[in-house]
Amino acid sequence: MNQLQNFTKGFLKENPILVMILGTCPTLATTSSMINGLGMGIATTFVLLGSNTVISMMKNVIPDKVRIPAFIVVIATFVTIVDLVMQAYVPSLYETLGIFIPLIVVNCIVLGRAEAFASKNTVWSSVVDGAGMGLGFTAALGVLGAIREILGSGSIAGLKFISGDGILVFVLAPGAFLALGYLIAVVNKINKA
Amino acid sequence: MVLSLTLISLGASAALGFVYELTKEPIEMTLLNKKLDAIKQVVPEFTNNPNDDMFRLPTGDGDSLEVYPARNGDKVVGYAVQSYTNNGFSGYISFMVGFTPDGTIYNVSVLEQKETPGLGTKMVPEGTPEKPEFKDQFMGKNPADFTLKVKKDGGQVDAITAATISSRAFCDGVQRAYNTFEKGDLK
Amino acid sequence: MEYIILIISAIFVNNIVLMQYLGVCPFLGVSNKVSTSVGMSGAVMFVMVLATMVTYLIYTYILVPLGLGFMQTIAYILVIAALVQMVEIILKKISRPLYQALGIFLPLITTNCAVLGVAILVIKKNFNLVEGIVYGAATAVGFGLALVILAGIREQLELVDVPSGMKGAPIALVTAGILALAFMGFAGLV
Repeated sequence: MNQLQNFTKGFLKENPILVMILGTCPTLATTSSMINGLGMGIATTFVLLGSNTVISMMKNVIPDKVRIPAFIVVIATFVTIVDLVMQAYVPSLYETLGIFIPLIVVNCIVLGRAEAFASKNTVWSSVVDGAGMGLGFTAALGVLGAIREILGSGSIAGLKFISGDGILVFVLAPGAFLALGYLIAVVNKINKA
Repeated sequence: MVLSLTLISLGASAALGFVYELTKEPIEMTLLNKKLDAIKQVVPEFTNNPNDDMFRLPTGDGDSLEVYPARNGDKVVGYAVQSYTNNGFSGYISFMVGFTPDGTIYNVSVLEQKETPGLGTKMVPEGTPEKPEFKDQFMGKNPADFTLKVKKDGGQVDAITAATISSRAFCDGVQRAYNTFEKGDLK
Repeated sequence: MEYIILIISAIFVNNIVLMQYLGVCPFLGVSNKVSTSVGMSGAVMFVMVLATMVTYLIYTYILVPLGLGFMQTIAYILVIAALVQMVEIILKKISRPLYQALGIFLPLITTNCAVLGVAILVIKKNFNLVEGIVYGAATAVGFGLALVILAGIREQLELVDVPSGMKGAPIALVTAGILALAFMGFAGLV
C-alpha cells in the first residue's frame, strides 16, 4: 500500500479502538471531556511515533527470542519520557490523566503496532503507520470525549452551553461503556457501507 | 541475546536519566507553585515564602502534616495546613486548610479529589453571597465551637445533597488539620 | 476491620473494571464463555498478587533508596512480563489442560492494565505490603466477578437476535455499561 493509505487506514478502516478494539481502558477512562480525550490521544501518539521509529530502526539488531521484552523496554522508556515532560509542562492535564499515562505502556495499540508493523517495515513506513494509528486513536478519543461531554456536562471543550448538569451518567463509568459501544456500532455500519 | 537486552536497557536508562535531569527543576517548580497558589487561597495576605518556613506537626494518630506559616512582616497572619482524608467516596482527598492564629478557619482549598462529578465535586467551588457553595459554611468558623460533623451525625455542617460521604470526608480532612494545629499549640 | 472495608471496596464499590476502567480488554475478550472467564480470573489473581508484592518490594527497597523512582514504569512492566512467563512455564508443567484452555490469553495478562494499574495504585495509595497484597487479591476477585457475570450474560445473548451492527464488541460494551450502572448501587456501602 502507498504511504497515504498507510496513514489513513488508522482513521476508519483499521481504527485501533473503534475497529480493532484495542486500548479500551484509556479510551473509557479519559473521555469524560473532549480535551482530556485529545490530550490522552496525543500523549499516546508521541509514544507510538517514538517506539515505532526506534523499534523499526533496531529491528535487525534485536534477537527474535527477546523481542517482546526489548519492545517493552523501548516503549516503557518513551512512556516515562512523556510522563516526565507532561508532569513538568502541562501539570493540570497530567493530573487529570493520572495513572493512565504510565498505563500507555500496556496499551495494546503500541505493543501491537510494534509487533505487527514496526518490526517488519522500513523506518519511514513505521513512522507513517504510528502517526496514522495514533491520530486515528486521538480522533476517536476526541469524538467520544465530545459526545460524553456534550451529553454529560452540557459543555464542549469546557464551554458550557446549558446551566446546571447534563445527563451525568455519561461522565461516569456506565455512560462511557454505553457511548463507546454505540460509537463502535456506528463505525461498523459506516465501514460496511 | 542477554547482551543485546542489556545494551538496550542501558541505552534506555541513559535516555531516561537524561530526560529526568532535564525535567526535574520544571517539575519541582510546578509543584511548588501549585502549593503556593493553594496557600494563597486559604490564608490572609502574606509577605514571606511559607514554603521556606514549613514544618511538620504530628496528627495524633500516627501521621504528620505539613504546616505553612504565613507572615505579613513579622506578624504571623495564618497557618496553612496540608491535610487529607481517605474517606472520600473515591478514596483519597487532599486539602489545604487555612487557620488564623486563633484557630478560626479562614478558608479551605481542595487540592486533589476524584469524587463523583456533580455530587462530591460540589465541595470544590467557592460560592458568592447570592449563590453560596458547600465550603462557604466553614469560613470564619472555629472548630472549638463549631462541630465538624454533618448534621446527620450530630454536627453543624450542612452536607451536600446526595453526597453525604464526600461531605463527611471533607469534615474529616478539616478536623485532622485542626487537631494537628491544636496539638502544635500554635494559638 | 479495616481490611474488610478494603476488600468490600475493592470488589464492589470501586470495582476495578466497572468503576476504574482497568482490565477492560481481557474483560471484553475473554468473557464469551463462563469457563474461560473463571480460568482467566484465577490466572489474573495469581499474577496480580505476586506482581503487587514484588513491585512493592522493588520500589520501596531498591528504586526509592537509589533515587530511581522515575524508573517505576520500566521496572514494573519488566517484573510483570517476567512473572507471566514464569506462570506460563509453571502452568505448562502442572496443568496442561488449563494451559491449553487459556491459550493466548495467558501472555496477554502482561498487557492487562489492571495488573500494572494495581501495582502503581498500591504505591499511590500509600499502602503497606500487607494492605497492598490484600488490595491486589480483592481487586482480582472483583475483576473475576465482573468477568464471570458478563460471560454469563453474553452466553445468553448468543441465543437472541442481536442487530448485526451491534454484534460482538458493541453489545458487550452496552451490557457492561448496564452492569456498571448496577454496580453503582454499591456506592455508600462502606
